[in-house]
Amino acid sequence: MSIWSYANPHKFAAVAERVVPVAGVLAAICLIGGLIWGFFFTPDDYRQGSTVKIIYLHVPAAMMAINIWGMMLVASIIWVIRRHHVSALAAKAAAPVGITMTLVALFTGAVWGQQMWGTWWAWDPRLTSFLILFLFYVAYIALWSAIEDSDTAADLTAILCLVGSVFAILSRYAVLFWNQGLHQAASDPVYDERQIDNVFYLPLILTIAGFIILFVALVFYRTRTEIDLRRVRSLEARRRMVEV
Amino acid sequence: MIALIRRDVLLAFRSGGGFGLALGFFLILVVLLPLSIGPSPARLSAVAPGLLWVGALLSALLSLERIFATDFEDGTLDVLGTAPIPLAMVTLAKAIAHWLTTGLPIALAAPLLGALLILPEGSYGTLILSLLIGTPALSLVGTFAAALTVGLKRGGLLLSIITLPLYMPTLIFGSVAVRRAGEGLETTASLGLLAAVTLGCLALLPFAAAAALRVNLR
Repeated sequence: MSIWSYANPHKFAAVAERVVPVAGVLAAICLIGGLIWGFFFTPDDYRQGSTVKIIYLHVPAAMMAINIWGMMLVASIIWVIRRHHVSALAAKAAAPVGITMTLVALFTGAVWGQQMWGTWWAWDPRLTSFLILFLFYVAYIALWSAIEDSDTAADLTAILCLVGSVFAILSRYAVLFWNQGLHQAASDPVYDERQIDNVFYLPLILTIAGFIILFVALVFYRTRTEIDLRRVRSLEARRRMVEV
Repeated sequence: MIALIRRDVLLAFRSGGGFGLALGFFLILVVLLPLSIGPSPARLSAVAPGLLWVGALLSALLSLERIFATDFEDGTLDVLGTAPIPLAMVTLAKAIAHWLTTGLPIALAAPLLGALLILPEGSYGTLILSLLIGTPALSLVGTFAAALTVGLKRGGLLLSIITLPLYMPTLIFGSVAVRRAGEGLETTASLGLLAAVTLGCLALLPFAAAAALRVNLR
């Protein structure tokens, strides 16, 4: 059985029914556990004090904000090539989650920056490219909500997602060219020599896992809602036909 | 295709837009700036490169909606969709016509408006050059966004929201080039990257715009 059999809305809905509660509970465990561990059972950083603990929200949210756009890109490509409706609806369902993650990352960053850099906002490349990413999400969601016919909307937003991805990456590097940064470089836990102590690292991994599973749960849930919504619409349309 | 460009340029002139609209808007922006931040020459010349580029962006934005809207309403677009030339070439022709009526006049008038803003000596050449290189990208991106939103009743605001994020790389490379020229620094890197963005848009966006149009004509 290939993965494409789940492109059938019925099958997808059945899977979603099982995935959502499991993923929801798992996400709750990871997030509650990771956040309590991170907030109350890790020492303060010797320079950053207790503000370091915002890392448990900031880093996972920032990672998700970027990766959700990537997931939307993959879903859009699948829709353009294979015309699976579930794929288009999953991209639609992911966008509001992504924009929320972007906002969380920007907001927690501002709170941290106010303490550490002495300013809520700086026109730093990383911060600026996140703001640009936010604008791309806004454009994508605005286009979805503006078009009435759902297949047309799926096609046009998929095209926008493809073109937008190119421009988003381009903007990311253009912004680097435009200004040097204030934000610390990301410490890549896999390839770099680790720059973060295990005391902070382990709860961070737990919250990152929690955010990922939460995203999975939300996307499955929202996609299933979209499928139900479409079914209701088509049933209503059929009933009107019968009445006429 | 040339006939199509000529038709669009003529239409732009005779329907009372033409060079005038975009240029007038550009001029108003340039007048608004000193009124809002004060007449001090030092301050003006510091923000002039950025404002001239933002002005070019916004002026290009103004006439985007008309690229496809009237043709969509009177059915011309359906005819063009079945024309012997590919739809991508139609969108390219539209973009060229848009550039001839907005980007080109803006690039040519920019030094004059730069003088009003006390643009630093030595950046005039770079200003014209960067606008000549960069504004075609603005028209191409705009044509793509216009193709996306052509079927919508209230597409105007949405069009700006979609277009402006896509303008960012062009804005950054263009304004950095002009700023660096004013400080007497090397500008080839930014101009080269600006040209790269424009050429990339030229190679890809007509096809994306054609795909969007095809969806809207369905």
